[in-house]
Amino acid sequence: MFPGIVRSSSRHLPCRRSLMTVRDALNSAIDEEMAADPKVFVMGEEVGEYQGAYKVTKGLLQKYGPDRVLDTPITEAGFTGIGVGAAFQGLKPIVEFMTFNFAMQAIDHIINSAAKTYYMSGGQIAVPIVFRGPNGAAAGVGAQHSQCFAAWYGSCPGLKVVTPYSAEDARGLLKAAIRDPDPVVFLENELLYGENFPVSSQVRDPNFTLPIGKAKVEREGTDVTITAFSKMVGFALKAADELAKDGIKAEVINLRSIRPLDRETINASVRKTYRLVAVEEGWPQHGVCAEVCASVQEETFDYLDAPIERISGADIPMPYAANLERLALPQIEDIVRAAKRACYRSK
Amino acid sequence: MAASSLASRAVASLSPSISTGASRDDAGSSSVVGFHKRSSAFTGRRVRISSGHGSSAAHGRRSCVVAATAAPVKESPLKIADALVTREEGLELYEDMILGRCFEDMCAQMYYRSKMFGFVHLYNGQEAVSTGFIKSLKKDDYICSTYRDHVHALSKGVPARQVMSELFGKATGCCRGQGGSMHMFSKEHRLLGGFAFIGEGIPVATGAAFNTKYSREVLKDLSVDAVTLAFFGDGTCNNGQFFECLNMAALWKLPIVYVVENNLWAIGMDHFRATSVPEIWKKGEAFGMPGVHVDGMDVLKVREVAKEAIARARRGDGPTLVECETYRYRGHSLADPDELRKPEQKNKYAVRDPIAAFKKYLLENGLASEADLKTIEKKIDEIVEDAVEFADASPLPPRSQLLENVFADPRGFGIGPDGKYRCEDPAFTAGTAEV
Repeated sequence: MFPGIVRSSSRHLPCRRSLMTVRDALNSAIDEEMAADPKVFVMGEEVGEYQGAYKVTKGLLQKYGPDRVLDTPITEAGFTGIGVGAAFQGLKPIVEFMTFNFAMQAIDHIINSAAKTYYMSGGQIAVPIVFRGPNGAAAGVGAQHSQCFAAWYGSCPGLKVVTPYSAEDARGLLKAAIRDPDPVVFLENELLYGENFPVSSQVRDPNFTLPIGKAKVEREGTDVTITAFSKMVGFALKAADELAKDGIKAEVINLRSIRPLDRETINASVRKTYRLVAVEEGWPQHGVCAEVCASVQEETFDYLDAPIERISGADIPMPYAANLERLALPQIEDIVRAAKRACYRSK
Repeated sequence: MAASSLASRAVASLSPSISTGASRDDAGSSSVVGFHKRSSAFTGRRVRISSGHGSSAAHGRRSCVVAATAAPVKESPLKIADALVTREEGLELYEDMILGRCFEDMCAQMYYRSKMFGFVHLYNGQEAVSTGFIKSLKKDDYICSTYRDHVHALSKGVPARQVMSELFGKATGCCRGQGGSMHMFSKEHRLLGGFAFIGEGIPVATGAAFNTKYSREVLKDLSVDAVTLAFFGDGTCNNGQFFECLNMAALWKLPIVYVVENNLWAIGMDHFRATSVPEIWKKGEAFGMPGVHVDGMDVLKVREVAKEAIARARRGDGPTLVECETYRYRGHSLADPDELRKPEQKNKYAVRDPIAAFKKYLLENGLASEADLKTIEKKIDEIVEDAVEFADASPLPPRSQLLENVFADPRGFGIGPDGKYRCEDPAFTAGTAEV
């Protein structure tokens, strides 16, 4: 149309997927919330000079100083209680536990002085605190470092309990937790810290938060519902890929929130697929899956075409030997087998 | 023996203030002697112990030669604190102690009439500690207590009506009937609980002190200068959280005073059977803070130590550990048969009743007349009776209250990016959380 101008061939720009690790997601969430609200501060072991035992708080000490990033002595009960006492006054502590196993030394404060206080005081004193740290099994760390605490904290009224899986979950849920006026137990997973996930520009926005109490359908399906949280979501998605090869279309639900548990989403899904496989890494008795099963049995019994399947960690303290550890935790093949059982495709 | 000469020397150094017949106007000079002795404790210098000191030999308890406790029981200990209180202050202290005693006695009555139930722990005998400390605070200061918290609540200003209603489990209680005897909270009066687990309140109180420091240093709000008091017992001083907090409070120089109400018994466990080093005040020094021992049956002595410790905290000089030697006249709780404490011990402390002693002091020093005190006693009787009537007449919490106040966030779904509660968003019905 314009003489003299040669149209160049259209170039296909490479499609750049924006990736973010879970660790960076957590770090950026804390950073942004600390920048936005001076009442937010971090306390825990090695969060400052060591840059975080798992480097989640990297760079924060340099940016915000030792008054807002506190290296505490090894005194879980003491410093957790101090965090709770500070939260009573409207400050917003983020208490990091090196792992949630160590939080057992502070569980009195998480439950008795954080979770119960708003109720006990008749609505006078709210506790806007976040307890965060790695939860569940890592690799070869033995029995005292491998417990999953989702079920224990999930049973306690007054607590909110969230379990992010992807970087998007980590960012959105942590920001929501920090802004939340109630105590939130934020269960991360050590093995997920280094994993990369694609994130949209929306996720990177400083105001991005996810709702607490809502699950996400990670993958839609029609034949069987698989619920999972934290690391098991990844396994469930891989299991769904395997099942697809056999013509079974699995719907994978990332619970995201253990308390409040999104019963509507789970039940709506089962009303669609008529079959359920509930997966968790923790111990079976009184686990999260037990609650999922009870909820579905109560609300969607008539829709079920098969008994509900539960996949959980073995009912033993975590062994150290690598092969035994592998046997003690749910693997992708276990989920596949259970889904096939639910679909009456195998014994 | 060296020890007793130390003791007598301590008494002797105080006698100038007595023999010069220091009047109230001489407050500055006569009381200074005593203060200097006590202030040495605050600078952390070691205070020597006199062992086998008369009055407390029975249990091998050693009272240290801090001036406040040097005087043996036989002399009226309050004479030393001669010019330390005005008439108004004296009447206020007396009224507060009488309120505490009267209220607790009424609690016992109500419990046996089944108006009150569950676990009820009474404070009779320890009034001097609550009054002496809490009446030295400002309104904005915080206190944190244990399950033996009724009198702390009253001293801090929570109306007797609200405390009694809470004990009756009525909706008009300070916690709407949801807390009970062991869980008194009042945001308005800066009472941070009310905890059943011993030691649990110590970190929470330390956190409140942390808030003062954070507000001043990070949020740059210099109007915040609240000091926090943590009250707890002798049994708690063997608990890990106690030591963890002494360490952190000293490390971070938090504005807190740790007040040990050492009444020698943790339910049925004698302090000396449970503790390797029974002198609790000594443990302060191990963590770099002054440890002070005071006669907790003498409200004026407690008050002087309290004032100094609170001032120290407010100045920014850090925490203090104060051990108050006191006694509870009743059992651990109303369900405790109290069979293990010997009558000799009980009698020994019965004659040191802080209220009787202070009454005597007020009368002897012409600060009040019998009539004045009777008026106060009558007024308190009426307040407590009124509290009972109010509590009786108050309604039980409605059924709808059962599920309220679990979360500050109305439905527990958190806050959205717009800063509002998600449950208030009519669109919050999506089954998935697609962004």
